[in-house]
Amino acid sequence: MLAHVPSTTAGVEDVVAVLVLLTEFAMLRGPLLRSQVRLYAFQSLAVSVLAVVVAATRHVPDIYALAGLSFALKVVIVPAVMMRLLRDVDVDLAGSPKLGVASSMLVALAVSVFGFFAVGSLHFHSSLLPTTTLAVAFAVVLVAFVLIVLRSDVVSQAMGFFSLENGVSIAGMVIAAGLPLVVEMTFLFDLLVAVVAFGIIIRVHHGRSRTLSTEELDRLRG
Amino acid sequence: MGALLVLLLAFPLGVGVVSYVVPVRVAKVLAPVAGAGAFALSIALVPSVLAHGHISAGSELRVDSLSVVFLIATSFLYLATGVFSAGYLHLDAGPTGARYGRRFYAGMNVFCWAMLAAPLVSGLALLWVAIEVTTVVSALLVAIDDTDTATEAAWKYVLIASMGLGISLLATIVLYYAGTSVFGAGYDLSYAKMLAAGHHLPPEVVRLAFVLAVLGYGTKMGLVPMHTWLPDAHSEAPTPVSALLSGALLATSFYAILRFYQITTVAVGSTFPRNVLLVFGLASLLLAALYLLRQRDIKRMLAYSSIEHMGILAIGMSFGVTLAFIGVLLHVLAHAAAKGTAFFGAGSVVRKFGTKDMTLLRGGVGALPWSGSMLVAAVLALSAMPPFGLFRSEFLIVSGGLSDPRYGVAAVLVVLVMLAFVGLAWSTTQTMLTSGPADVALQATPDTALQATPDTALQATPRVTKGEVSPWIVLAMALGIAALVLLGVHLPADLSRLLDHAAHELSTP
Repeated sequence: MLAHVPSTTAGVEDVVAVLVLLTEFAMLRGPLLRSQVRLYAFQSLAVSVLAVVVAATRHVPDIYALAGLSFALKVVIVPAVMMRLLRDVDVDLAGSPKLGVASSMLVALAVSVFGFFAVGSLHFHSSLLPTTTLAVAFAVVLVAFVLIVLRSDVVSQAMGFFSLENGVSIAGMVIAAGLPLVVEMTFLFDLLVAVVAFGIIIRVHHGRSRTLSTEELDRLRG
Repeated sequence: MGALLVLLLAFPLGVGVVSYVVPVRVAKVLAPVAGAGAFALSIALVPSVLAHGHISAGSELRVDSLSVVFLIATSFLYLATGVFSAGYLHLDAGPTGARYGRRFYAGMNVFCWAMLAAPLVSGLALLWVAIEVTTVVSALLVAIDDTDTATEAAWKYVLIASMGLGISLLATIVLYYAGTSVFGAGYDLSYAKMLAAGHHLPPEVVRLAFVLAVLGYGTKMGLVPMHTWLPDAHSEAPTPVSALLSGALLATSFYAILRFYQITTVAVGSTFPRNVLLVFGLASLLLAALYLLRQRDIKRMLAYSSIEHMGILAIGMSFGVTLAFIGVLLHVLAHAAAKGTAFFGAGSVVRKFGTKDMTLLRGGVGALPWSGSMLVAAVLALSAMPPFGLFRSEFLIVSGGLSDPRYGVAAVLVVLVMLAFVGLAWSTTQTMLTSGPADVALQATPDTALQATPDTALQATPRVTKGEVSPWIVLAMALGIAALVLLGVHLPADLSRLLDHAAHELSTP
């Protein structure tokens, strides 16, 4: 393959995608639940911006609608729902993580490097976005897994799952931009339903144990 | 004929919505009626699917023989669970009971609707959506009892299953990408189209999509090592929900894997997908068989038995011959009936004795002459004893496996199934066929409450009076046993042809 200098738009897209990944890292270390939700909102904003960039530069007008919807849902509604929940349960601090900040960063770095090169070796070719963006998307998914595994409170774990969905969205934009708009909208609607279900179960959990920690969720074994 | 599909899609959803507003006693009747309707509609699809190969309505709904097999399994269990719930739920007369009943019936019908929608849709993206809806609804149903353990199980379930579905969404997207090289950037991702494009799809990409799909949907199917949510959710959910989770939901996820299997087979040949399924299948069967040997909780025991059977399905697919495929599809049907019946029996026992701990349960058949005996029969059916359907299906799978050059796998399969049989049969006979206090002293003590006190180790076997909990439970179990005997002894001709067609769709797509 010929080495080439990325164009300005490709550069912009890469920068936004990397911003999404960096936000994921920030979520991994944020000690406050509220900042966790804000970081997620910011990450979703970056994903929406990426969608607008793709729609504008590649002339796929459907993606404008998608960008709008994903902004409304992931930047406004989901964070609002989670903030309201946090206000009601009145807990600020995230549960103590299972690893220290430095070690979790190292683990996250290792898996994201793995994701990056694993995708690179698959030789995807996309007419829409540079494949580096796809590699970043896979890295976001993997770091989200690390986040869910290492955090020990239900809100952080839920936010981890939502940000995992952000990673999948980017991958979708890169390699499946032509996916019919109806289907994309169904995915988003589905996310909304999932948020409601997560919210209900978090409330039930808090109602029973007066905590958001997952430490007590170890009664079922064997 | 297309109208049947629309009806099958609309009817359970309508009943679900109606159940939320009408009084509980009406919803109680509506659920079995909806189940019976769905079952009748699924059966009505059989002749025309056999005649035309497939039926479609619009571009979104499409069923072929393979989908109809799963529709029959799910709708049968929908019917049986509807009947069972009428006898199982004991609701308070007050507003709390009414609220619980409304939520339960609305949730249960919508859950069944989503599971029926999955085999009805033609698009792989919509299939994903349907399965995601089953997760959300069933997680809320797992949490409905509002106990500490139910909440814990619901949280693990919703989190792990959603993560799995995140992976399967990635699988769907990657497969879509594979199709763009044939169809261009924008097209409908339907499995029929992908099968037709088969040979032109880029093999590396399809392989990646298949592995992601097995990981993602396999999480919901309960394949080891992604099974960790399964025993918790199955044991803590209300028993009707456990029956649906185990008998229908796991099979629905398996259906999604089968669609990816078909496409992968056309694109890269069957060796690769067969090897992937073999690894997960063996791991599931081995782990489940070992856990079955030392299980104390009756519902967890049945949950591990589900993992075992999902392992058998995966191994059956890995044999790659039509005979084994027929066995696999028959296994889906028979497992739905057997596991449903077994959970109904376990529910009856738990209601009667007030504990799930099998070290405390004694004299089950003495106390529950009908449902107890049928529970023993269902467990024997799950261990693949004749004359039940699972004997026939496992026999077909093993004979398929022996025709494979790797017949060692078939031998391992038989050994592990025997091991699981020992675990299941030992625990069940210990609890059900022993003489318990029910025989010794038939005192007029009231049935114990559902919630056992935490420190069960110090308790003696609860004393109970002889007699069934409810005739509805007995009826639901009788339905399941009848279906199992029918599948085992005399497979109806049309059903046999349907399985044949579906197995051919899997081997030569």
